[in-house]
Amino acid sequence: MADNIPKTPKLDELEKGGWPSFVKEIKMAAKRSPMGGDLLGQLEQSYNEKIGHWKHGGIVGVMGYGGGVIGRYSDLPEKYPNISHFHTMRINQPAGWYYTTDALRKICDIWEKHGSGLTNMHGSTGDIILLGTRTEELEPTFDDLQKIDFDIGGSGSDLRTPSCCCGMSRCEWACYDTMALTYDLTMHYQDELHRPAFPYKFKFKMSGCPNDCVASIARADMSIIGTWRDQIQVDQDAVREYAERGLDIQNDVISNCPGKCMEWDGKELNIENEFCVRCMHCINVMPKALRPGKDRGATILIGSKAPIIEGAFLSSVFIPFMKITPPYDEIKDLVDRIWDVWGEEGKNRERVGEFIQRVGLGNFLDAIEMEPIAEMVAHPRENPYVFYEEYYEEDDGEEEEES
Amino acid sequence: MAKTVEEIADAMFNMVKDAMGQKKLKPMDLTKAMISLYGEEGVDKKMCKGAIKNLVDSGRLVYTYFGGSFLEIPHREGAAND
Ligand code: HEM
Ligand code: HEM
Ligand code: SF4
Ligand code: SF4
Repeated sequence: MADNIPKTPKLDELEKGGWPSFVKEIKMAAKRSPMGGDLLGQLEQSYNEKIGHWKHGGIVGVMGYGGGVIGRYSDLPEKYPNISHFHTMRINQPAGWYYTTDALRKICDIWEKHGSGLTNMHGSTGDIILLGTRTEELEPTFDDLQKIDFDIGGSGSDLRTPSCCCGMSRCEWACYDTMALTYDLTMHYQDELHRPAFPYKFKFKMSGCPNDCVASIARADMSIIGTWRDQIQVDQDAVREYAERGLDIQNDVISNCPGKCMEWDGKELNIENEFCVRCMHCINVMPKALRPGKDRGATILIGSKAPIIEGAFLSSVFIPFMKITPPYDEIKDLVDRIWDVWGEEGKNRERVGEFIQRVGLGNFLDAIEMEPIAEMVAHPRENPYVFYEEYYEEDDGEEEEES
Repeated sequence: MAKTVEEIADAMFNMVKDAMGQKKLKPMDLTKAMISLYGEEGVDKKMCKGAIKNLVDSGRLVYTYFGGSFLEIPHREGAAND
């Protein structure tokens, strides 16, 4: 089918250079499926005209599910009949993105049989992305995937496929088992994942420590980031060894500590742990000498999102420290209360962070029956309009007496 | 008077049918409407969830996505190609 590949001088520019090229990959896929050729043709035309030629399909999906299929049609179906339908399927990835080569081959075989053969490993949600198929192929693809124990992920106004860093499976910094929590939440919230019932999307991302390798603080409505609440573990001999081998501890560690809570006298490293903000910097620079404390858990943050209704938000601290152990009842209880209030009162397309901004943190906390604490204030001097009832009542009483 | 999941499903289906072409409804719109129609004693959120599941699993309603997720009667959409 090589003659199906159109002339694409603009796209060919993107094959140059010493890095992977999606154009090269689509040309390879075009040898096996006619979709690839038409995809190149339409994209080259878009580059020439500076106009996209995709239409959104709002109805396509698999029976019973409301998420996981993203409908796309070409608006030039006569010219590019092979991509007249070009729907995407999101497939729920295993926690930590571990596969056997055998499982990957099976997924690829299914996709060459039913779709374009093009995949994206992985999408920003974390899912396996299968790019390009026809409406009538959706159910057969779903059936074949189920036979090898893969399920469709989230899309639309539902719980998006939870994702996490590799955590304890490969990383010594993990302060809780991210993969176990991800698996547990995925299974526990199957209904919310497949049947969109929220005002808009909701994402969990689990990072095992504040290095936050899945960028959970910027990309999740609920960011669950590992941390510790006791002291950083210090091996003073190993610190001295770093110094002897030429590490400039004063400049590269102490001066960069955002908590300004470290001292180095050339022999001993001292950390005032009350002022440590758990940024991981010192630990990352001297991994042999320092490690997170022993009393480990996670900080729960709320509200990050990319700009749509409001601008970009980062998540801000909600629960400074929570132990993360099975069966994770504390976290599920919190999630259920948040979903209850936002689910009922949130406007269409309003993320939970925007909802909190609109109604005010004080009212939101009231509704989910939580007490405000100082750590919830995102920036000093930002007024969260929280009124502490105990002070309030006293004042009210006095005023009444005066008048 | 407590309603059955089937009765709720029928009432929801009729709401979607009546609104078709004028307003797209979200699952929470239907749930809220059922609670205001039948009262807290008649229905709860869990029953409404069950009713929606019935409607979708039987194919009477489908989920659609137009900048947010809605429940609609299956139909051929404008954007679809043959
Ligand atoms: C009619 C008179 C005044 C009005 C309407 C007024 C209003 C304001 C407003 C709206 C702000 C900004 C607050 C914020 O952004 O959070 C401000 C800041 C400030 N005002 Fe005034 N002000 C008045 C008089 C004064 C006077 C007489 C002083 C000092 C003697 C003063 C000292 C300050 C200071 C120090 C700040 C800055 C606070 C900060 O750093 O955030 N103001 N004022
Ligand atoms: C009619 C007179 C005034 C008005 C309408 C006014 C209005 C305001 C407003 C709206 C704010 C911001 C509050 C907030 O962000 O929550 C503010 C803050 C402030 N005002 Fe005034 N103000 C007046 C007079 C004054 C005076 C006379 C002073 C000092 C002598 C003053 C000092 C300040 C300071 C220091 C702040 C900043 C507080 C902070 O940073 O949290 N203001 N004012
Ligand atoms: S976020 Fe922390 S625990 Fe997870 S992989 Fe990165 S460094 Fe390791
Ligand atoms: S983790 Fe960060 S804040 Fe804490 S001591 Fe190390 S560098 Fe300082």
